[in-house]
Amino acid sequence: MTLLGKLSWQALPLNEPLPLFSGVAVFLIVIALIAWLGIKGYLPYLWREWITSVDHKRIGVMYCLLAWVMLLRGFIDAIMMRAQQAVAFRAPGFLPPSHFDQVFSAHGTIMIFFVAMPFVIGLMNLIVPLQLGVRDVAFPTLNSVSFWLTCAGALLVNISLVVGEFSRTGWLPFPPLAELKFSPGVGVDYYCWAIQISGIGTLMTGINFVTTILKLRAPGMHYTRMPMFCWTALASNLLIIAAFPVLTATLAMLLLDRYLGFHFFTNSGGGNSMLFMNLIWAWGHPEVYLLVLPAFGIYSEVVSTFSSKPLFGYRSMVYATMAICLISFMVWLHHFFTMGAGADVNAFFGIMSMIIAVPTGVKIFNWLFTMYGGTVRFASPLLWSLGFIVSFAIGGMTGVMLAIPPADFQLHNSLFLVAHFHNVIIAGVLFGAFAGYTYWFPKAFGFKLDERLGKWAFWLWVIGFWVAWGPGYVVGLEGMTRRLQHYDVAAWHPWLIVAAGGVAIIAAGVAVQIAQLVVSIRTRERRRDITGDPWDGRNLEWATASPPPSFNFAVLPNVTDQEPYWDMKTRARESGHLATPEPHYEPIPMPRNSPTGFVTAFFAVLTGFALIWHIWWIVLIGLTGAYANFVLFAWRDHDEVLIPAGEVARLDRANRAARTAALERATA
Amino acid sequence: MKQRMRIAGKLRPALLALSALATLAGCGRGQLQPAGPVSAAERTLLLDSTVIMLAIIIPVIMATIAFAWWYRASNRRARRDPDFVYSGRIELLVWSIPTLVIIFLGGIAWISSYDLDPAKPLPSKAQPLTVEVVSLDWKWLFIYPDQGIASVNRLVVPAGVPLHLLLTSATVWNAFWVPQLGSMLYCMNGMVTTLNLEASRPGVYYGESAMISGDGFASMHFDTDAVPADQFNSWIAATRTAGPVLDMHSYRGLLEPTASVKPYTYRSVQPDFFRTVVRETLPNAAAQSGELLAPHPVS
Amino acid sequence: MSAPSTALRTGKDPYHLGHAPSSGTPEFTGHGAGGPAPKPIVVGYGFWLFILSDVVLFASFFAAYAVLVYARAGGPGPRDLFDLRTTEIETACLLLSSFTCGLASMAVGRRSLLWTEIALAVTGLLGATFIGIEIHEFARLVAADDGPSRSAFLTAFFTLVGCHGLHVTCGLLWLATMMAQLRAKGFTPSVRHRYLCYSLFWHALDIVWIGIFSGVYIIGVLMQ
Repeated sequence: MTLLGKLSWQALPLNEPLPLFSGVAVFLIVIALIAWLGIKGYLPYLWREWITSVDHKRIGVMYCLLAWVMLLRGFIDAIMMRAQQAVAFRAPGFLPPSHFDQVFSAHGTIMIFFVAMPFVIGLMNLIVPLQLGVRDVAFPTLNSVSFWLTCAGALLVNISLVVGEFSRTGWLPFPPLAELKFSPGVGVDYYCWAIQISGIGTLMTGINFVTTILKLRAPGMHYTRMPMFCWTALASNLLIIAAFPVLTATLAMLLLDRYLGFHFFTNSGGGNSMLFMNLIWAWGHPEVYLLVLPAFGIYSEVVSTFSSKPLFGYRSMVYATMAICLISFMVWLHHFFTMGAGADVNAFFGIMSMIIAVPTGVKIFNWLFTMYGGTVRFASPLLWSLGFIVSFAIGGMTGVMLAIPPADFQLHNSLFLVAHFHNVIIAGVLFGAFAGYTYWFPKAFGFKLDERLGKWAFWLWVIGFWVAWGPGYVVGLEGMTRRLQHYDVAAWHPWLIVAAGGVAIIAAGVAVQIAQLVVSIRTRERRRDITGDPWDGRNLEWATASPPPSFNFAVLPNVTDQEPYWDMKTRARESGHLATPEPHYEPIPMPRNSPTGFVTAFFAVLTGFALIWHIWWIVLIGLTGAYANFVLFAWRDHDEVLIPAGEVARLDRANRAARTAALERATA
Repeated sequence: MKQRMRIAGKLRPALLALSALATLAGCGRGQLQPAGPVSAAERTLLLDSTVIMLAIIIPVIMATIAFAWWYRASNRRARRDPDFVYSGRIELLVWSIPTLVIIFLGGIAWISSYDLDPAKPLPSKAQPLTVEVVSLDWKWLFIYPDQGIASVNRLVVPAGVPLHLLLTSATVWNAFWVPQLGSMLYCMNGMVTTLNLEASRPGVYYGESAMISGDGFASMHFDTDAVPADQFNSWIAATRTAGPVLDMHSYRGLLEPTASVKPYTYRSVQPDFFRTVVRETLPNAAAQSGELLAPHPVS
Repeated sequence: MSAPSTALRTGKDPYHLGHAPSSGTPEFTGHGAGGPAPKPIVVGYGFWLFILSDVVLFASFFAAYAVLVYARAGGPGPRDLFDLRTTEIETACLLLSSFTCGLASMAVGRRSLLWTEIALAVTGLLGATFIGIEIHEFARLVAADDGPSRSAFLTAFFTLVGCHGLHVTCGLLWLATMMAQLRAKGFTPSVRHRYLCYSLFWHALDIVWIGIFSGVYIIGVLMQ
């Protein structure tokens, strides 16, 4: 056993130009960025205010930033895949199978675990405590640990590009292919450890948010007075608590097979690969509802705000949300109808899968009737929502088709399936994330994003999406299966070229979004959010300044109805002055910042990397370091910082003055 | 004008989808050009369920665009009703419409799951032909146990005769799929899954593996040659005259990972070969498995 | 994190459930509308959720065990391997340790450092005995070539029971840390909250063991 385990110079892609150049490029960019930050003197600020922050708003922003960066990485993978399939008709293309397989595996893994999840978790982090009218989540330091562990997982996946290789099994490592015999390299290990590490972070988030939503709400906020986004956040986090341990256990079983020669899923020794299928999809299906439910919550907020009308059918929306939450646990077998379980089992799960369409349909109707009788403003968040409804309706329809077992026998693993889940994830989750990003950007940063560029981005995305994935449905129905590195069916070729064109249109959309951010920052004074309520919002997050002070509310609001902020505004508009008088300001204790999260993640990366390469002594150091870090954190005597009453008063009075001025302008 | 552009843009995806569907009729070698009873029934399912759901989806999409446009802020004619947040009648409607559709489709799903269960033998006057299928890295082995021959990467079958396929894998999971004939089914090591299909008319049908199985996965294309019965018999006879013998020794050669293998045949097959393959664990594996894990028993 | 509202301090909510009415709202209905709950409730609730997630983790291993229990690869089954006497001693140790942990909780309630440390030390000793017996049993099996790589049944057995043992070991590490922290800091609120979490954890492990004891060992020797 050598000092560096399996690690050697061969792990570097010295004779593979694509990963070599991209790895070097990324490394240089990161070094340059850190150097620039250091020279400008931003590093102490970043450490003090962001990296060690336990403020849910800061953590939410960092989650969204991670999601954006990883979206670019995953999107580059997508471009490579579409380009390969556009040219690999009776030709080898430019990606040999070993690379192509890694690219699609990395694409799926990154998009689900390091884009979609961080995006929705980030938006929940930013907004849920504000909407609940409280100062922070239940466990702020744990929140920071969750974020940094997610980053640790993302880092490990990206390291695999340059040191070693990534998994080639697809985004879920099905045995026997993922077992040591058929995947002897480090790829599957990179995948498993990255997901295990970030999975711990996600589980902590689930616990944090369920506790927050159920135990920390402003006085008077009954469950039936909670905003819809908080209800969907609750459902989503309940799913995390119930489903993620299954993922942890299942990947642990696969790792035990690979590392210690166990026989959970092996072909020999009595192992059962069908067991993996059942366990992983028992996690996998709740996972996708976990992603889409907060997006549904965002749409509820956006449609209601931009229709200037309360959400239609609040109660049935709540019932529908919790029904989706529950039923999502009873449908997992629809991912492997073709495993041959028999008609009884298949029919049961098929019908259960269709039943989910009912509450989803109810939600869509309720959004429509929210617009009905309202005053609709076509700001870009609403455009994303409308694009979602139209596109998701089709995606949901194809889902119900796939839920019919004999139909699935002809569609499973085809491009039709791939088009379906891209349809629901992009048009469902991603559009929701973009709507939330645009909608809540002024709350986080104090200025709106440029609207014109935002609308351009929307149109490019929605058109690009259909040009990219419409052909997917078509070739899927022409018998094309997924993950093909090359093919020889002429009928598929033109559609795959069109699909590549669609990706180019989406790329233009992404470019516009980047431009939007740059331009918006440069010209931010033009779109400054002075009052904290740039959209005429309805829930409590708009009752704070933009960005809110660290303590969110000087005094926790007293909630007497649904849409408490709209209530306050209506009273203010009628009476001509702010609804609540200036409160008596008291000092506010807030949790102290801590490097615990960052340090934990550092040791997590170290331990994960060492486990992957079998460097056991570093594993020991990593685990010891992590434990020492916990103990140090647990030993601190001062865990709170007291914000003086004068500071609270100053910040709150400034916002009150701005709102009073706006009110006077409006009623003048 | 802007509003009209928005509507046109929203309609674009629907138009794209419809025109795509329209071009599919008649050409191609996929699920929508069935060549057998199973795929024909499955195509009917696909089209029927699509039409049923479009009856809901299209009005929903139209309503979305219509409501958004009509209640836009600049429309003076729209009647605003900011207190319209609940209606018992609408609640009843929005819960019952999807429920009724799902009950209907659920019934279809239930009945068709039984009718089209892969293990269910196909009704026919003709005697079924048994073919044993072994997926390897990265090719297909088709064994004809009653005829005593085998074929690699080419499945020759008589048209109009039900096929009784027994699937397994030598290594990792694959999925046997000939879209024009119907259902796909997983091939799993140590287990046997049963698939019943039939080619109603002669033709060459595209076959593939529908489950990623490694670097050579994309090369697992094979042709299914459905030929008239007498042509099939003469093919069998011709196969028996030349080619290697399939036994555990030549099987070891097949186990070597190779891709893009040109089709060839074996002139004879060791008796009970398939059962041996199913029970066979991988070389260098730990203790031999004594049990045969089979979702359906090997007949 | 705001301090609990004044209503809670006026004695209207003696158990600090956080359901009391706050400044002005006329009624509380138990729907958590009394404002943010106090810290002990929040900490306990959150940890309880963690324990539930841990139960799901164990459930996955139980499910794998149930699927794989007959996959013996021609090797031994539960009847051939399990010695119920050893298991009874293990169970007694663990259950007793739960009892002594309860005693420690009472001592914490009384703020008695001496009795807390004694009770925790006994808990730790009993827990360590449990682990010692379990390691011995595993070593015996491995030495007889009936280790986890022999068959899927043994894989599932070692993993399920081993996962529980790993949790107990982490619990012992936590216990030692708690004992040290109690000595160093005394009964501060955060130490007490941490202790609450620890005792919940320890009792939960006991409950999981009862599941393992019944489902794996007892049913194991009864089955074919």
